[in-house]
Amino acid sequence: MARMKFLCDAERCIHCSGCVTACKNEHEVPWGINRRRVVTLNDGKPGQRSLSVACMHCSDAPCMAVCPVDCFYQTGDGIVLHNKDLCIGCGYCFYACPFGAPQYPSTGNFGGRGKMDKCTFCAGGPEADHSKAELEKYGRNRIAEGKLPLCAEMCATKALLAGDGDMVSTIYRERVMARGFGSGAAGWGQAYGKKG
Amino acid sequence: MRLAIILATLLIAIITGPAPLRAETSDGDIPSAARSDQVTLPDTWRAIRQGEAGYIGGQPASRGQLIQSEGEAWRAARNGKLAVWAGWLLIGVTAAIAAFYVIRGKIKMEGGPSGRLILRFTKVERIGHWLTAGSFLVLGVTGLNNLFGRWVLEPVLGKTLFSWLTWAGKWLHNISGFFFMAGLVVIFWLWAKDNLWDRYDWGWIKGGGGLLKEGVHPPAAKFNFGQKTQFWMVILVGTLVSSTGLNLLYPFTLGDIHAMQVMQLIHAALAVVMVLFILGHIYIGTIGMEGASTAVTTGYVDREWAREHHAVWVEEVEKNEPKAAE
Repeated sequence: MARMKFLCDAERCIHCSGCVTACKNEHEVPWGINRRRVVTLNDGKPGQRSLSVACMHCSDAPCMAVCPVDCFYQTGDGIVLHNKDLCIGCGYCFYACPFGAPQYPSTGNFGGRGKMDKCTFCAGGPEADHSKAELEKYGRNRIAEGKLPLCAEMCATKALLAGDGDMVSTIYRERVMARGFGSGAAGWGQAYGKKG
Repeated sequence: MRLAIILATLLIAIITGPAPLRAETSDGDIPSAARSDQVTLPDTWRAIRQGEAGYIGGQPASRGQLIQSEGEAWRAARNGKLAVWAGWLLIGVTAAIAAFYVIRGKIKMEGGPSGRLILRFTKVERIGHWLTAGSFLVLGVTGLNNLFGRWVLEPVLGKTLFSWLTWAGKWLHNISGFFFMAGLVVIFWLWAKDNLWDRYDWGWIKGGGGLLKEGVHPPAAKFNFGQKTQFWMVILVGTLVSSTGLNLLYPFTLGDIHAMQVMQLIHAALAVVMVLFILGHIYIGTIGMEGASTAVTTGYVDREWAREHHAVWVEEVEKNEPKAAE
């Protein structure tokens, strides 16, 4: 079975934020929330690099481990999803997440921030596939349509890769061999260090 | 003949498939960033791994950090040492109290109840006690549920009911915190002066507080050394738990995410310490000792009880009583 992974190739990302926009539009993500973000290091200096980040769908997901109400689950494809009906908005997943993925619709006191929202790898949530409830709570379910995440599909330079981890790493390895440099694979050690 | 050669070549080409494209002419083309001839240095990757933050447009600057590993440390501490130690200590102390009850039994009034009562706590004192105690019970139960409920209650109640209860508990926790803080102020104002060290305390410590042997009753004023320890624990730990709790209640107001993680650990660890102390307090105030609990309910206790446990205090009170009342 496929093990879904994201990879952002820092040698290719041009910080166009097409991934952020594609995601926000596709899932009609609430105001104030961006499931994906693009960060530029050494901005304006030699060696400037940009990376697109969202939930990496970790093997041993810290959010899942600390959730007081156990609202997370991992699909057979390794995608980490959560149930917004169970979420109490405590914010613990945000404290634990290495990638800063969990977001809340409002600022406010402990648990007054609404249900957590994060990248679903375009796989929806626990509701029935393509149901109205799923669309409203989690966004579109492209995985159930046999499609891959829209952020990566939209990426103009193919910097952002999403899909079966083996294929993603094969493509990346070929690139690295061809160009002879740039083999960082940001976040992979953190997210997929443990098999799962 | 030439046709045959062409056909054969085509056939071979079809059978063997297209010749593998050479890497440098296909996927290896680099459309953008790396055209600057700048190789991403290992230092860049290391910096990302160690929490380097970059520029981020249109979103909060704090989201510029790519990887924060402190989250993993927090998770390891909370789900590991904190939960394990707190769990075993709670079980251990409860078991120790149960064993004490079995071995020592209920501490009875030796002379039996005299039937004559004495006012131990005024109405204001009782309100102060219950403001603190009532809110603490709610805070303790809902707080422990946050830490352990997922493993203890959720398997029994099911996810939906458990999530709803935890949601309600979280709001109760938020609100009760303010009652608890008010209670701390009230009891400090009422009782701080009665909880200072006095000349009877050393004797009380040497006598083991009269807890261990029957018939031993070291004299004490309004509060004995055990109660004083309990009082200052509540004031000190309660203040620390309250201040960290306020930080957790208004996340990111005073501190960043790392401060929040540390606050949560301090808050939970100290709160468990407090629960452990209070377990003993509840025990000795209820099933552990005859005649003690009415002090904080009706406010009156039996004079026999008061003479055995707070001899100095009874003398003082009786000195000020009008003789006609006798």
